[in-house]
Amino acid sequence: MATEAKVDPMHQFTIEPLFGTDHWALGGFNIAFTNSALWMLISAVVLYAFMLGGMKRELVPGRWQVMVESMTGFIENMLSANIGKEGRKYLPYVFSLFMFILFANLLGLLPLGLVGVHPFTFTSHFTATGVLAILSFSIVLVVGFYKHGLHFFSLFVPHGTPLPMIPLIFVIELVSFLVRPFSLGLRLFVAMMAGHVLLEVLSSFVIGGANAGAFFMGLVSIPSFILMVAICALEILVAGIQAYVFALLTSLYINDAEHLH
Amino acid sequence: MPQISQLAATYSSQIFWMLVIFGAVFFLVGRGMAPKVLETMEGRDQKIAADLAAAEAARHEAQAQDDAWKAAAAKQRGEAQALIAAAKAEAAKATEGRLASAGAEAEAKVADAEARIAAARQGALAEIETVAADAAAEIAARVAGLTVAADAARAAVKDVLHG
Repeated sequence: MATEAKVDPMHQFTIEPLFGTDHWALGGFNIAFTNSALWMLISAVVLYAFMLGGMKRELVPGRWQVMVESMTGFIENMLSANIGKEGRKYLPYVFSLFMFILFANLLGLLPLGLVGVHPFTFTSHFTATGVLAILSFSIVLVVGFYKHGLHFFSLFVPHGTPLPMIPLIFVIELVSFLVRPFSLGLRLFVAMMAGHVLLEVLSSFVIGGANAGAFFMGLVSIPSFILMVAICALEILVAGIQAYVFALLTSLYINDAEHLH
Repeated sequence: MPQISQLAATYSSQIFWMLVIFGAVFFLVGRGMAPKVLETMEGRDQKIAADLAAAEAARHEAQAQDDAWKAAAAKQRGEAQALIAAAKAEAAKATEGRLASAGAEAEAKVADAEARIAAARQGALAEIETVAADAAAEIAARVAGLTVAADAARAAVKDVLHG
Protein backbone atom coordinates (compact mmCIF):
# COMPACT_ATOMS: atom_id res chain seq x y z
CA MET A 1 0.00 0.00 0.00
CA ALA A 2 2.63 2.47 -1.05
CA THR A 3 0.13 4.78 -2.70
CA GLU A 4 -1.73 5.60 0.54
CA ALA A 5 -4.59 3.21 -0.40
CA LYS A 6 -6.26 5.66 -2.72
CA VAL A 7 -9.53 4.17 -3.89
CA ASP A 8 -11.54 6.13 -6.39
CA PRO A 9 -15.10 4.79 -6.23
CA MET A 10 -15.87 6.28 -9.64
CA HIS A 11 -12.94 4.72 -11.45
CA GLN A 12 -14.88 1.49 -11.97
CA PHE A 13 -17.22 3.27 -14.37
CA THR A 14 -14.47 4.53 -16.66
CA ILE A 15 -14.87 3.47 -20.24
CA GLU A 16 -11.65 2.45 -21.97
CA PRO A 17 -11.26 1.44 -25.59
CA LEU A 18 -9.82 -2.05 -25.90
CA PHE A 19 -7.54 -3.79 -28.37
CA GLY A 20 -6.43 -0.58 -30.04
CA THR A 21 -9.90 0.08 -31.45
CA ASP A 22 -9.74 3.68 -30.26
CA HIS A 23 -10.05 5.10 -33.74
CA TRP A 24 -12.81 2.96 -35.13
CA ALA A 25 -15.47 5.20 -36.53
CA LEU A 26 -18.71 4.93 -38.41
CA GLY A 27 -19.98 7.95 -40.30
CA GLY A 28 -17.74 10.22 -38.28
CA PHE A 29 -18.88 8.77 -34.95
CA ASN A 30 -16.45 6.95 -32.73
CA ILE A 31 -17.40 3.33 -32.23
CA ALA A 32 -14.39 2.08 -30.30
CA PHE A 33 -14.84 -1.42 -28.86
CA THR A 34 -14.69 -0.51 -25.18
CA ASN A 35 -14.76 -2.49 -21.96
CA SER A 36 -18.45 -1.57 -21.84
CA ALA A 37 -19.03 -3.14 -25.25
CA LEU A 38 -16.99 -6.15 -24.18
CA TRP A 39 -19.28 -6.75 -21.20
CA MET A 40 -22.36 -6.29 -23.36
CA LEU A 41 -20.92 -8.98 -25.57
CA ILE A 42 -20.09 -11.20 -22.59
CA SER A 43 -23.65 -10.78 -21.23
CA ALA A 44 -25.07 -11.65 -24.63
CA VAL A 45 -22.84 -14.72 -24.99
CA VAL A 46 -23.59 -15.95 -21.45
CA LEU A 47 -27.29 -15.39 -22.06
CA TYR A 48 -27.06 -17.31 -25.33
CA ALA A 49 -25.26 -20.17 -23.58
CA PHE A 50 -27.87 -20.15 -20.81
CA MET A 51 -30.66 -20.35 -23.37
CA LEU A 52 -28.91 -23.17 -25.25
CA GLY A 53 -29.43 -25.30 -22.14
CA GLY A 54 -33.16 -24.79 -22.54
CA MET A 55 -33.26 -25.85 -26.17
CA LYS A 56 -33.17 -29.59 -25.53
CA ARG A 57 -36.97 -29.45 -25.71
CA GLU A 58 -37.48 -32.60 -23.70
CA LEU A 59 -40.90 -33.63 -22.49
CA VAL A 60 -39.51 -34.20 -19.01
CA PRO A 61 -37.11 -31.28 -18.54
CA GLY A 62 -33.76 -31.42 -16.79
CA ARG A 63 -32.67 -28.82 -14.25
CA TRP A 64 -31.21 -26.43 -16.79
CA GLN A 65 -34.22 -26.66 -19.04
CA VAL A 66 -36.46 -25.97 -16.04
CA MET A 67 -34.45 -22.82 -15.27
CA VAL A 68 -34.80 -21.55 -18.82
CA GLU A 69 -38.47 -22.49 -18.95
CA SER A 70 -39.28 -20.87 -15.63
CA MET A 71 -37.63 -17.64 -16.83
CA THR A 72 -39.58 -17.74 -20.07
CA GLY A 73 -42.77 -18.66 -18.25
CA PHE A 74 -42.19 -15.84 -15.77
CA ILE A 75 -42.04 -13.23 -18.55
CA GLU A 76 -44.93 -14.86 -20.38
CA ASN A 77 -47.05 -14.68 -17.20
CA MET A 78 -46.11 -11.08 -16.64
CA LEU A 79 -47.08 -10.17 -20.19
CA SER A 80 -50.37 -12.04 -20.13
CA ALA A 81 -51.21 -10.55 -16.72
CA ASN A 82 -50.42 -6.99 -17.78
CA ILE A 83 -51.31 -6.90 -21.46
CA GLY A 84 -53.59 -9.88 -21.99
CA LYS A 85 -53.54 -12.21 -24.94
CA GLU A 86 -51.92 -9.58 -27.17
CA GLY A 87 -48.95 -9.70 -24.82
CA ARG A 88 -47.59 -12.80 -26.51
CA LYS A 89 -46.20 -10.91 -29.47
CA TYR A 90 -44.04 -8.73 -27.21
CA LEU A 91 -42.46 -11.74 -25.55
CA PRO A 92 -39.30 -11.72 -27.70
CA TYR A 93 -38.59 -8.08 -26.90
CA VAL A 94 -39.48 -8.07 -23.20
CA PHE A 95 -37.76 -11.40 -22.62
CA SER A 96 -34.56 -10.20 -24.32
CA LEU A 97 -34.73 -6.99 -22.34
CA PHE A 98 -35.23 -8.69 -18.99
CA MET A 99 -32.63 -11.38 -19.49
CA PHE A 100 -30.04 -9.04 -21.00
CA ILE A 101 -30.34 -6.54 -18.13
CA LEU A 102 -30.45 -9.32 -15.54
CA PHE A 103 -27.31 -10.96 -16.88
CA ALA A 104 -25.54 -7.60 -17.23
CA ASN A 105 -26.38 -6.69 -13.62
CA LEU A 106 -25.37 -10.07 -12.22
CA LEU A 107 -22.18 -10.39 -14.27
CA GLY A 108 -21.19 -6.88 -13.19
CA LEU A 109 -21.33 -8.08 -9.58
CA LEU A 110 -18.99 -11.02 -10.11
CA PRO A 111 -15.95 -10.75 -7.80
CA LEU A 112 -13.57 -11.10 -10.73
CA GLY A 113 -11.22 -8.57 -9.17
CA LEU A 114 -9.88 -11.50 -7.15
CA VAL A 115 -8.34 -12.93 -10.31
CA GLY A 116 -7.17 -9.62 -11.65
CA VAL A 117 -9.85 -8.71 -14.20
CA HIS A 118 -12.51 -6.15 -13.52
CA PRO A 119 -16.14 -6.63 -14.39
CA PHE A 120 -17.84 -3.65 -15.91
CA THR A 121 -21.53 -3.03 -15.33
CA PHE A 122 -22.69 -1.31 -18.48
CA THR A 123 -26.18 -0.88 -16.95
CA SER A 124 -24.56 1.76 -14.71
CA HIS A 125 -24.22 4.01 -17.76
CA PHE A 126 -27.20 6.02 -18.83
CA THR A 127 -25.93 5.96 -22.39
CA ALA A 128 -26.57 2.20 -22.34
CA THR A 129 -29.79 2.13 -20.28
CA GLY A 130 -31.04 5.12 -22.23
CA VAL A 131 -30.85 3.17 -25.49
CA LEU A 132 -33.00 0.43 -23.97
CA ALA A 133 -35.43 2.94 -22.48
CA ILE A 134 -35.79 4.77 -25.78
CA LEU A 135 -36.31 1.43 -27.56
CA SER A 136 -39.14 0.57 -25.14
CA PHE A 137 -40.63 4.02 -25.49
CA SER A 138 -40.42 3.88 -29.28
CA ILE A 139 -42.26 0.57 -29.26
CA VAL A 140 -44.98 2.17 -27.13
CA LEU A 141 -45.27 5.10 -29.53
CA VAL A 142 -45.22 2.96 -32.68
CA VAL A 143 -47.76 0.47 -31.33
CA GLY A 144 -49.96 3.24 -29.93
CA PHE A 145 -50.13 5.30 -33.09
CA TYR A 146 -50.30 2.25 -35.36
CA LYS A 147 -53.20 0.70 -33.45
CA HIS A 148 -55.16 3.80 -32.48
CA GLY A 149 -53.95 6.58 -34.77
CA LEU A 150 -54.59 10.03 -33.35
CA HIS A 151 -57.03 8.45 -30.92
CA PHE A 152 -53.89 7.49 -29.00
CA PHE A 153 -53.95 10.99 -27.53
CA SER A 154 -57.04 10.01 -25.53
CA LEU A 155 -54.51 8.20 -23.33
CA PHE A 156 -53.82 11.62 -21.84
CA VAL A 157 -57.44 12.26 -20.88
CA PRO A 158 -58.60 9.72 -18.30
CA HIS A 159 -62.25 8.68 -18.31
CA GLY A 160 -64.58 10.94 -16.38
CA THR A 161 -62.39 14.03 -16.48
CA PRO A 162 -64.62 17.14 -16.13
CA LEU A 163 -64.59 19.22 -19.29
CA PRO A 164 -62.91 22.32 -17.85
CA MET A 165 -60.14 20.14 -16.44
CA ILE A 166 -59.27 18.48 -19.74
CA PRO A 167 -56.60 20.95 -20.96
CA LEU A 168 -54.80 20.88 -17.62
CA ILE A 169 -55.03 17.09 -17.22
CA PHE A 170 -53.90 16.64 -20.81
CA VAL A 171 -50.74 18.63 -20.19
CA ILE A 172 -50.01 16.81 -16.91
CA GLU A 173 -50.56 13.40 -18.44
CA LEU A 174 -48.51 14.31 -21.49
CA VAL A 175 -45.58 15.40 -19.34
CA SER A 176 -45.81 12.26 -17.21
CA PHE A 177 -45.89 10.22 -20.41
CA LEU A 178 -42.88 11.98 -21.87
CA VAL A 179 -40.92 11.52 -18.66
CA ARG A 180 -41.29 7.76 -18.92
CA PRO A 181 -38.19 7.02 -21.04
CA PHE A 182 -36.05 9.14 -18.73
CA SER A 183 -37.38 7.54 -15.55
CA LEU A 184 -37.03 4.10 -17.12
CA GLY A 185 -33.41 4.58 -18.14
CA LEU A 186 -32.31 6.65 -15.14
CA ARG A 187 -33.83 4.28 -12.57
CA LEU A 188 -31.71 1.37 -13.74
CA PHE A 189 -28.58 3.48 -14.16
CA VAL A 190 -28.91 5.09 -10.73
CA ALA A 191 -29.71 1.85 -8.92
CA MET A 192 -26.76 0.03 -10.41
CA MET A 193 -24.35 2.89 -9.99
CA ALA A 194 -25.36 3.58 -6.39
CA GLY A 195 -24.83 -0.02 -5.38
CA HIS A 196 -21.42 -0.22 -6.99
CA VAL A 197 -20.30 3.09 -5.54
CA LEU A 198 -21.46 2.00 -2.10
CA LEU A 199 -19.49 -1.23 -2.32
CA GLU A 200 -16.42 0.63 -3.50
CA VAL A 201 -16.68 3.23 -0.72
CA LEU A 202 -17.09 0.53 1.91
CA SER A 203 -14.11 -1.33 0.50
CA SER A 204 -12.05 1.85 0.76
CA PHE A 205 -13.09 2.01 4.44
CA VAL A 206 -11.93 -1.57 4.90
CA ILE A 207 -8.53 -0.87 3.33
CA GLY A 208 -8.08 2.52 4.94
CA GLY A 209 -9.01 1.16 8.37
CA ALA A 210 -6.63 -1.75 8.02
CA ASN A 211 -3.81 0.58 7.02
CA ALA A 212 -4.45 2.85 10.02
CA GLY A 213 -3.62 0.13 12.52
CA ALA A 214 -5.29 -2.59 14.54
CA PHE A 215 -7.59 -0.27 16.47
CA PHE A 216 -9.14 1.26 13.38
CA MET A 217 -9.25 -2.11 11.73
CA GLY A 218 -11.49 -3.37 14.53
CA LEU A 219 -13.50 -0.18 14.65
CA VAL A 220 -13.97 0.50 10.94
CA SER A 221 -12.74 -2.29 8.71
CA ILE A 222 -14.53 -5.26 10.24
CA PRO A 223 -17.98 -3.61 10.53
CA SER A 224 -17.56 -2.23 7.01
CA PHE A 225 -16.63 -5.65 5.72
CA ILE A 226 -19.66 -7.25 7.37
CA LEU A 227 -21.83 -4.51 5.90
CA MET A 228 -20.27 -5.15 2.47
CA VAL A 229 -21.21 -8.79 2.63
CA ALA A 230 -24.79 -7.84 3.45
CA ILE A 231 -24.86 -5.20 0.72
CA CYS A 232 -23.49 -7.69 -1.82
CA ALA A 233 -26.51 -9.86 -1.07
CA LEU A 234 -28.74 -6.81 -1.41
CA GLU A 235 -27.10 -5.92 -4.71
CA ILE A 236 -27.88 -9.35 -6.10
CA LEU A 237 -31.50 -8.72 -5.15
CA VAL A 238 -31.36 -5.25 -6.71
CA ALA A 239 -29.91 -6.72 -9.91
CA GLY A 240 -32.97 -8.94 -10.24
CA ILE A 241 -35.44 -6.30 -9.12
CA GLN A 242 -34.16 -3.63 -11.48
CA ALA A 243 -34.29 -5.99 -14.44
CA TYR A 244 -37.81 -6.97 -13.38
CA VAL A 245 -38.90 -3.35 -12.92
CA PHE A 246 -37.56 -2.41 -16.35
CA ALA A 247 -39.42 -5.29 -17.99
CA LEU A 248 -42.57 -4.73 -15.91
CA LEU A 249 -42.77 -1.02 -16.70
CA THR A 250 -42.12 -1.73 -20.37
CA SER A 251 -45.01 -4.18 -20.38
CA LEU A 252 -47.25 -1.70 -18.53
CA TYR A 253 -46.44 1.03 -21.04
CA ILE A 254 -47.08 -1.38 -23.90
CA ASN A 255 -50.41 -2.20 -22.27
CA ASP A 256 -51.28 1.51 -22.35
CA ALA A 257 -50.44 1.58 -26.04
CA GLU A 258 -52.45 -1.58 -26.74
CA HIS A 259 -55.56 -0.77 -24.74
CA LEU A 260 -55.33 2.96 -23.99
CA HIS A 261 -57.16 3.22 -20.65
CA MET B 1 -18.40 10.70 -12.72
CA PRO B 2 -17.19 9.01 -15.92
CA GLN B 3 -20.75 8.63 -17.16
CA ILE B 4 -20.85 12.41 -17.66
CA SER B 5 -17.22 13.37 -18.03
CA GLN B 6 -16.71 10.77 -20.79
CA LEU B 7 -20.10 11.38 -22.34
CA ALA B 8 -18.94 13.27 -25.42
CA ALA B 9 -16.18 10.79 -26.17
CA THR B 10 -18.09 7.57 -25.61
CA TYR B 11 -21.80 8.10 -26.28
CA SER B 12 -21.61 7.04 -29.94
CA SER B 13 -19.67 3.88 -29.14
CA GLN B 14 -22.04 3.02 -26.27
CA ILE B 15 -25.14 3.51 -28.39
CA PHE B 16 -23.68 1.68 -31.37
CA TRP B 17 -22.56 -1.39 -29.48
CA MET B 18 -25.73 -1.46 -27.39
CA LEU B 19 -27.85 -1.49 -30.54
CA VAL B 20 -25.68 -4.11 -32.23
CA ILE B 21 -25.43 -6.45 -29.26
CA PHE B 22 -28.96 -6.01 -27.95
CA GLY B 23 -30.18 -6.43 -31.53
CA ALA B 24 -28.28 -9.69 -31.74
CA VAL B 25 -29.76 -10.78 -28.39
CA PHE B 26 -33.24 -9.84 -29.60
CA PHE B 27 -32.99 -11.79 -32.84
CA LEU B 28 -31.06 -14.81 -31.57
CA VAL B 29 -32.48 -15.20 -28.08
CA GLY B 30 -35.76 -13.30 -28.11
CA ARG B 31 -37.04 -14.33 -31.52
CA GLY B 32 -35.03 -17.49 -32.03
CA MET B 33 -35.07 -19.25 -28.71
CA ALA B 34 -37.72 -17.90 -26.35
CA PRO B 35 -40.71 -18.83 -28.58
CA LYS B 36 -39.31 -22.35 -28.96
CA VAL B 37 -38.97 -22.69 -25.20
CA LEU B 38 -42.52 -21.47 -24.83
CA GLU B 39 -43.63 -23.90 -27.53
CA THR B 40 -42.01 -26.77 -25.65
CA MET B 41 -43.82 -25.73 -22.47
CA GLU B 42 -47.13 -25.48 -24.27
CA GLY B 43 -46.59 -28.83 -25.95
CA ARG B 44 -45.95 -30.36 -22.57
CA ASP B 45 -49.03 -28.74 -21.06
CA GLN B 46 -51.14 -29.98 -23.96
CA LYS B 47 -49.70 -33.47 -23.64
CA ILE B 48 -50.49 -33.50 -19.93
CA ALA B 49 -53.99 -32.21 -20.58
CA ALA B 50 -54.54 -34.81 -23.32
CA ASP B 51 -53.25 -37.60 -21.09
CA LEU B 52 -55.50 -36.46 -18.27
CA ALA B 53 -58.46 -36.34 -20.63
CA ALA B 54 -57.66 -39.84 -21.90
CA ALA B 55 -57.41 -41.13 -18.34
CA GLU B 56 -60.71 -39.47 -17.49
CA ALA B 57 -62.35 -41.01 -20.57
CA ALA B 58 -60.98 -44.44 -19.64
CA ARG B 59 -62.33 -44.00 -16.13
CA HIS B 60 -65.74 -43.10 -17.52
CA GLU B 61 -65.64 -46.12 -19.81
CA ALA B 62 -64.73 -48.42 -16.92
CA GLN B 63 -67.51 -46.89 -14.84
CA ALA B 64 -70.01 -47.43 -17.65
CA GLN B 65 -68.94 -51.04 -18.08
CA ASP B 66 -69.15 -51.61 -14.36
CA ASP B 67 -72.64 -50.12 -14.30
CA ALA B 68 -73.73 -52.28 -17.25
CA TRP B 69 -72.31 -55.38 -15.57
CA LYS B 70 -74.07 -54.52 -12.33
CA ALA B 71 -77.36 -53.97 -14.16
CA ALA B 72 -77.01 -57.31 -15.99
CA ALA B 73 -76.22 -59.09 -12.74
CA ALA B 74 -79.20 -57.51 -11.01
CA LYS B 75 -81.46 -58.47 -13.91
CA GLN B 76 -80.24 -62.07 -13.86
CA ARG B 77 -80.66 -62.27 -10.13
CA GLY B 78 -84.21 -60.99 -10.49
CA GLU B 79 -84.96 -63.56 -13.15
CA ALA B 80 -83.56 -66.34 -11.00
CA GLN B 81 -85.61 -65.20 -8.04
CA ALA B 82 -88.75 -65.11 -10.17
CA LEU B 83 -88.06 -68.66 -11.32
CA ILE B 84 -87.57 -69.82 -7.75
CA ALA B 85 -90.76 -68.11 -6.66
CA ALA B 86 -92.72 -69.66 -9.52
CA ALA B 87 -91.38 -73.14 -8.70
CA LYS B 88 -92.22 -72.62 -5.05
CA ALA B 89 -95.76 -71.51 -5.86
CA GLU B 90 -96.27 -74.47 -8.20
CA ALA B 91 -95.02 -76.91 -5.61
CA ALA B 92 -97.26 -75.37 -2.97
CA LYS B 93 -100.25 -75.61 -5.27
CA ALA B 94 -99.55 -79.25 -6.10
CA THR B 95 -99.18 -80.12 -2.41
CA GLU B 96 -102.41 -78.37 -1.57
CA GLY B 97 -104.28 -80.25 -4.30
CA ARG B 98 -102.96 -83.57 -3.14
CA LEU B 99 -103.80 -82.77 0.46
CA ALA B 100 -107.31 -81.73 -0.50
CA SER B 101 -107.98 -84.88 -2.46
CA ALA B 102 -106.51 -87.08 0.27
CA GLY B 103 -108.65 -85.30 2.86
CA ALA B 104 -111.78 -85.73 0.79
CA GLU B 105 -111.04 -89.44 0.32
CA ALA B 106 -110.49 -89.89 4.01
CA GLU B 107 -113.67 -88.06 4.82
CA ALA B 108 -115.63 -90.19 2.39
CA LYS B 109 -114.24 -93.31 4.02
CA VAL B 110 -115.12 -92.01 7.47
CA ALA B 111 -118.67 -91.16 6.35
CA ASP B 112 -119.07 -94.58 4.79
CA ALA B 113 -117.85 -96.26 7.94
CA GLU B 114 -120.17 -94.17 10.08
CA ALA B 115 -123.11 -95.10 7.86
CA ARG B 116 -122.24 -98.75 8.16
CA ILE B 117 -121.92 -98.44 11.90
CA ALA B 118 -125.34 -96.78 12.12
CA ALA B 119 -126.90 -99.50 9.95
CA ALA B 120 -125.32 -102.22 12.07
CA ARG B 121 -126.61 -100.54 15.18
CA GLN B 122 -130.07 -100.26 13.73
CA GLY B 123 -129.94 -103.93 12.78
CA ALA B 124 -128.67 -104.88 16.19
CA LEU B 125 -131.44 -102.89 17.90
CA ALA B 126 -134.13 -104.61 15.79
CA GLU B 127 -132.56 -107.98 16.61
CA ILE B 128 -132.60 -107.16 20.32
CA GLU B 129 -136.29 -106.24 20.16
CA THR B 130 -137.18 -109.51 18.47
CA VAL B 131 -135.05 -111.51 20.85
CA ALA B 132 -136.53 -109.67 23.84
CA ALA B 133 -140.11 -110.17 22.58
CA ASP B 134 -139.44 -113.89 22.06
CA ALA B 135 -137.85 -114.15 25.43
CA ALA B 136 -140.74 -112.26 27.05
CA ALA B 137 -143.33 -114.52 25.39
CA GLU B 138 -141.37 -117.60 26.41
CA ILE B 139 -141.02 -116.35 29.98
CA ALA B 140 -144.74 -115.58 30.14
CA ALA B 141 -145.59 -119.05 28.82
CA ARG B 142 -143.30 -120.84 31.23
CA VAL B 143 -143.99 -118.81 34.34
CA ALA B 144 -147.71 -117.99 33.98
CA GLY B 145 -148.68 -120.48 31.36
CA LEU B 146 -150.04 -117.72 29.30
CA THR B 147 -149.85 -117.68 25.63
CA VAL B 148 -148.92 -114.23 24.48
CA ALA B 149 -149.29 -113.32 20.89
CA ALA B 150 -146.06 -112.46 19.20
CA ASP B 151 -147.29 -108.98 18.20
CA ALA B 152 -148.40 -108.10 21.74
CA ALA B 153 -145.08 -109.21 23.11
CA ARG B 154 -143.25 -107.13 20.62
CA ALA B 155 -145.36 -104.07 21.46
CA ALA B 156 -144.77 -104.56 25.18
CA VAL B 157 -141.02 -104.89 24.65
CA LYS B 158 -140.96 -101.83 22.51
CA ASP B 159 -142.75 -99.93 25.26
CA VAL B 160 -140.26 -101.01 27.84
CA LEU B 161 -137.22 -100.41 25.63
CA HIS B 162 -138.23 -97.01 24.44
CA GLY B 163 -139.77 -95.89 27.75
